[in-house]
Amino acid sequence: MSGKPKLYYFDGRGKMESIRWLLAAAGVEFEEEFLETREQYEKLLQGGSLLFQQVPMVEIDGMRMVQTRAILSYIAAKYNLYGKDLKERALIDMYVGGTDDLMGFILMFPFLSAADKEKQCAFIVQKATSRYFPVYEKVLKDHGQDFLVGNSFSWADVHLLEAILMVEEKKSDVLSGFPQLQAFKARISSIPTIKKFLEPGSQRKPVPDDKYVETVRRVLRMYYDLKAN
Amino acid sequence: MSGKPRLTYLNGRGRMEPVRWLLAAAGVEFEEVYLETKEQYDKLIKDGFLLFQQVPLVEIDGMKMVQTRAILSYIAGKYNLYGKDLKERALIDMYVEGIADLMQMILMFPFSPPDAKEKNLDSIKERATNRYFPVFEKVLKQHGQDFLVGNKFSWADVQLMEAILAVEEKVPAVLSGFPQLQVFKTKMSNMPTIKKFLQPGSPRKPPPDAHYVETVLKVFKK
Repeated sequence: MSGKPKLYYFDGRGKMESIRWLLAAAGVEFEEEFLETREQYEKLLQGGSLLFQQVPMVEIDGMRMVQTRAILSYIAAKYNLYGKDLKERALIDMYVGGTDDLMGFILMFPFLSAADKEKQCAFIVQKATSRYFPVYEKVLKDHGQDFLVGNSFSWADVHLLEAILMVEEKKSDVLSGFPQLQAFKARISSIPTIKKFLEPGSQRKPVPDDKYVETVRRVLRMYYDLKAN
Repeated sequence: MSGKPRLTYLNGRGRMEPVRWLLAAAGVEFEEVYLETKEQYDKLIKDGFLLFQQVPLVEIDGMKMVQTRAILSYIAGKYNLYGKDLKERALIDMYVEGIADLMQMILMFPFSPPDAKEKNLDSIKERATNRYFPVFEKVLKQHGQDFLVGNKFSWADVQLMEAILAVEEKVPAVLSGFPQLQVFKTKMSNMPTIKKFLQPGSPRKPPPDAHYVETVLKVFKK
């Protein structure tokens, strides 16, 4: 074994993308095994690798971790991206909870019908600009620091950048009313590990396409009938 | 201010119930404010109490905490219910996240349309007996200890106990194939703080009824 974390998921964003972002931000190299067939998934199931029969699964430090939030929390703590004390961790958890909810609306997007996609897109932009972005805009404005929590780079910053870029893919000028977030985006994007992750050839995955949707449905035999929020 | 944590939510289980369980299990007294009208909720938002315009809200240690997981993690960390190191925390997080997925099905159940209720109930039963309970049955069997993680009472035990009782309310004989979980349930029930929480008059809320559903729809109406 190489000692590097190994990620088991589809060759696409889904719930694994936030994990790729965080490992990359922490400067941690990782390997990936992509699920392409039902047989592969059943083999993982039969082998007992998936605690609750689900992916994402990450092999890290001798553990087979599942549950995205558990994996992210472990990585954040291990690589000192989780604040310096319980209160900073509480803030990071709150902020990440918000961006997680926002990215959750985008997660299901590729699986919707064309009509529902249009509806969901408007919903995503509305939530981003009225509920989520104003919060982070204010946090940054109020303390005037470069990072969201404790004047130190953390999981919350990585997660927010990921969310900003995902919403921008739906509406490119979505940050037009948020000057703090524009500056934040530029700053965080220029951190060396993040800059590297944003370059072509990195392990960052592209916007999900029909092939991705087809693969997920075929392998999991699920998500045939999702509706917009 | 009394210094006790203050919970703001509807007068019912919903997303606040795991917080009530965890505080109670930790032996922490708390106060509650119940949302009954849309006006109350709108005022909370207007006054800037709700970071993302949502409840649960828990005022604790000078913070206005929102996001259920964040609140639970903070309480677990503060009251030493989060394991002794990073790896124990990882296990606890995996277990509580899995249980939260099961509890989410139960949470949504009262809001499903009448013609979907039977199907949803079957799903809850199927997931509990085929996906979630077998995991914890195996964990307890393999290490033979009283608690799920690190031979010590933790957030994971509280969450599992809450889930077992919630599923039993819907599927009374659900533990019949799980002897370890039956023993676990008895042991948890006898722990002093949990025993107290399970008695009438505690802050524990009853199963959601039509009135609760109506209140939710009224308060959060757009």
